Amino acid sequence: MDHLQRKLRDLESTMIQQGILDDQFSQLQKLQDDSSPDFVYEVITLFFADSDKLLNNMSHALGQKDVNFKQIDAYAHQQKGSSASVGAAKVTNICAAFRSFCEAKNLEGCRRCLQQLRQEYDIMKNNLLLLFKLQQDIKTFNRSIPTRE
Amino acid sequence: MAISGDVLRDFSPEVVGEFHVLAVDDSFVDRKVIERLLKFTSCKVTVVESGTRALQYLGLDGDTSSIGFDGVKVNMIMTDYSMPGMTGYELLKKIKQESSVFREIPVVVMSSENILTRIDSCLEEGAEEFLLKPVKLSDVKRLTDFILRGEGKQVGGKRSQKRSRSDDFVSSLSTSCSSCDLSSPSPSEISSKKSRL
Repeated sequence: MDHLQRKLRDLESTMIQQGILDDQFSQLQKLQDDSSPDFVYEVITLFFADSDKLLNNMSHALGQKDVNFKQIDAYAHQQKGSSASVGAAKVTNICAAFRSFCEAKNLEGCRRCLQQLRQEYDIMKNNLLLLFKLQQDIKTFNRSIPTRE
Repeated sequence: MAISGDVLRDFSPEVVGEFHVLAVDDSFVDRKVIERLLKFTSCKVTVVESGTRALQYLGLDGDTSSIGFDGVKVNMIMTDYSMPGMTGYELLKKIKQESSVFREIPVVVMSSENILTRIDSCLEEGAEEFLLKPVKLSDVKRLTDFILRGEGKQVGGKRSQKRSRSDDFVSSLSTSCSSCDLSSPSPSEISSKKSRL
């Protein structure tokens, strides 16, 4: 069990060290308690659903004949907002760059940014899914030894 | 100051439990976060996804055919600035244009963009505060403390105006506490559930 806890802690600190997550994620963790024991999982799940949709929308919009930069900027703004709210630092920063390219109507810049965005988002998502799995494993382990504290 | 402090200390525990905040945001994620932030600070929360919905909830949409809106008591409104349809700024203006009770409700505007002209126009229009997103626990704690105590922590001409409004608000809060019990739980539950979709 210690091994699992250590793995969990290491993963969390690595994500923060690498700038994948920032202090806002810790803020969310502070809000989790007995009255809302799955809060972080719930918010992040919402975030994933939201982001998946937005990323698809951005892809689709960039693939159009007449690219609507204003619309894409609106998507990037939304993505930036929700990313910042969950502490997804790298993703947030890329969204900021994305918005600049939208403003400049730089199609190639936008496309590259979207690619980068997807990459960083995937890295973050995979790490967070692993984090949740570790937490679940720890819970399961705790439940299997009812006589201990 | 000592007198008002004593009054507040007497009321504090129950008051915070019944401090009802209406939060307005078009983002699923942000609604979830603000709701949790407020519940964590022991506030009662209703979350809606638009300015239009907010006005409907308050009974200000001109469509209050049925109920005489005595049931819904809101102590503070927190609204996102950038929303499709009605912006937070427009919502703020609509509320401040109302007569009596509604105009006195403190409105806090939240935004992910640090634009000075935006901040200024919101404050000028009567916003209690302008918060930069992402909103933190310390922001919410400071806000609820500030409003419950009726203190203007920041200095400035505009603040002194707000201080007097907060004072009025605090005295009306102590008298309106009994009506807090009557505030219908079902609309807020429904709104909260909607926000989780």
